[in-house]
Amino acid sequence: MNTATSFTLTARVLHWLMAALILAMLFIGVGMVASVSARHDWLLRLHKPLGIAILILAVVRLAVRLRHPPPALPADLPAMQKLAAHASHWLLYVLMLAMPLIGWAMLSAGGYPVMLSGSLRLPPIFPTNPVAYAILRHLHGWFALLLLLTFLAHMGAALYHGLIRRDGVLSSMIRRHVAPLPGEPEPIPRDKAAIENATPTPPNDAAEPGTVPAEPDEATAPSASVGSPLPTI
Amino acid sequence: MQAELSAPARRPGNAWRWTLIAAVVALVAATLGYVGGWLTPQRLTAQRMVNQLQRNAGTFAGYRRNHAKGVCVSGHFDSNGQAQAYSQAQVFAPGRTPVVGRFAIPGGNPYAPDSSVPIRSMALRFTQVNGQQWRTGMNSMPVFPVATPQAFYAQLQAQQPDPATGKPDPAKLKAFFAAHPETAPFRAWASTAKPSASFATETYYSLDAFELIAAGGKRQPVRWRMVPEATDAAGAVAPAAPDYLDADLGQRLARAPLRWHLLLTLAAPGDPTADATRAWPADRPTIDAGTLVLDRTEPQQSGPCRDINYDPLVLPAGIKASDDPLLPARSAVYADSYLRRTSEEAHLPGTARSTPENAR
Repeated sequence: MNTATSFTLTARVLHWLMAALILAMLFIGVGMVASVSARHDWLLRLHKPLGIAILILAVVRLAVRLRHPPPALPADLPAMQKLAAHASHWLLYVLMLAMPLIGWAMLSAGGYPVMLSGSLRLPPIFPTNPVAYAILRHLHGWFALLLLLTFLAHMGAALYHGLIRRDGVLSSMIRRHVAPLPGEPEPIPRDKAAIENATPTPPNDAAEPGTVPAEPDEATAPSASVGSPLPTI
Repeated sequence: MQAELSAPARRPGNAWRWTLIAAVVALVAATLGYVGGWLTPQRLTAQRMVNQLQRNAGTFAGYRRNHAKGVCVSGHFDSNGQAQAYSQAQVFAPGRTPVVGRFAIPGGNPYAPDSSVPIRSMALRFTQVNGQQWRTGMNSMPVFPVATPQAFYAQLQAQQPDPATGKPDPAKLKAFFAAHPETAPFRAWASTAKPSASFATETYYSLDAFELIAAGGKRQPVRWRMVPEATDAAGAVAPAAPDYLDADLGQRLARAPLRWHLLLTLAAPGDPTADATRAWPADRPTIDAGTLVLDRTEPQQSGPCRDINYDPLVLPAGIKASDDPLLPARSAVYADSYLRRTSEEAHLPGTARSTPENAR
């Protein structure tokens, strides 16, 4: 049973760093392929070292994740959504690792020197072959589209957790929760208002007509006891 | 799915939250669409440039979209070390660097007669000992007709054959040249240029400017050209046959290797580096960096040049692109042409196929 209620600091730093890098890479990739201006050149020169950086970070992140399993999803989350969450996360990992490797193999197959900077060159990882180049190049593009769609779904789901369900899933990637350890006296929870104010979501909708009475979000989650990422009070 | 949503999802008053989520997702997708040019059909992209090349010449599966008719050559470059003071690139240290090159004529039709254009091109790939490469594509004219990719696109549009005559519309060409006075130096050259009888007797110009970077970091804007040692047929009248350049090359190489000198012209402060239509003053210092020796030719269908994209931005440490706007455009457009022809080579779905109709 996984009792962690939030991601480790390392996992959170890696997550947000890579989120920024991957989103940037999607824009860089799309922009450099279409552009005929000076942007083409400098985006291309940015694309390759960033891709290798993402590859290295993805390997580190996978190791961190295997060592520190992420907090469980809320117990009341419908099975379909749980499945979608797990599948999309593993798809993201696969793509984070595959995209840089395909890019690297593709340049190798095209006979290009894989230059990470003006003078730093990586060795080829695939024999020169035009057919392989074409296939890998198209794969790089299709996987980029898949990565974009998965990213958008991931971002939409994160906002859904943070804004609609308000079940602590989003905040588990933003800040550290105080979790009671089994057999230990429960720590005194931090001031609830302070915690809420630290999140980007509004504490509740009390000021809006038609909303449920102001209650702490966590209390509305039906099963805040077992498997919940949130501490029970 | 709606039934699957848990209680909090159906909480009343969530409308603006759902809207916000949808808006954020849509904003990211739309921004990406904008960056990719999908929302701006008028913006020039590499794909649109290649489409125009195909409209002008037709689509020939497996061939380059421009300079389609060509031949592979190979040999080496013997550096004499004289450019070493200006560039840290290994290719300029005294010694030998292997070269795989390609001679070609402009245009997207691989079956065009050799005399259809007065221009010949030489593309080279130098592979340094450290694995870095220098790729360059040069043309046998001293200036380029236009300075920007947009103007080149407009030129291609003006040159697009009229379906009625199969030839470009003279009125459109006239209008293009009137709107682009920067083409004057090129037109002055073209008015006297004749198709050469040989690849071997031509001088090939980088056209675009680059920067040499010395070991200490000092930058020197340059243009380069390959000047032939062979001059015998320079004034020769090209034969009437459609294909004579490859045969001439083969005959010459059967006798002896062919040699060119790599001349680097050093810009003075103020010389235009971002305008390939303007030659630099003739008194600029020139360095003879070494000798290109070509000793072998092979057909492009089976030779080593076939799978090389002579992207002018593949450069070793010690040579950098200048601010010439044609360079990134060439790089982007060549990459798209390379993807199309390798995709055809791979017979990927949706790619052009060689058919008897377009084979000749």
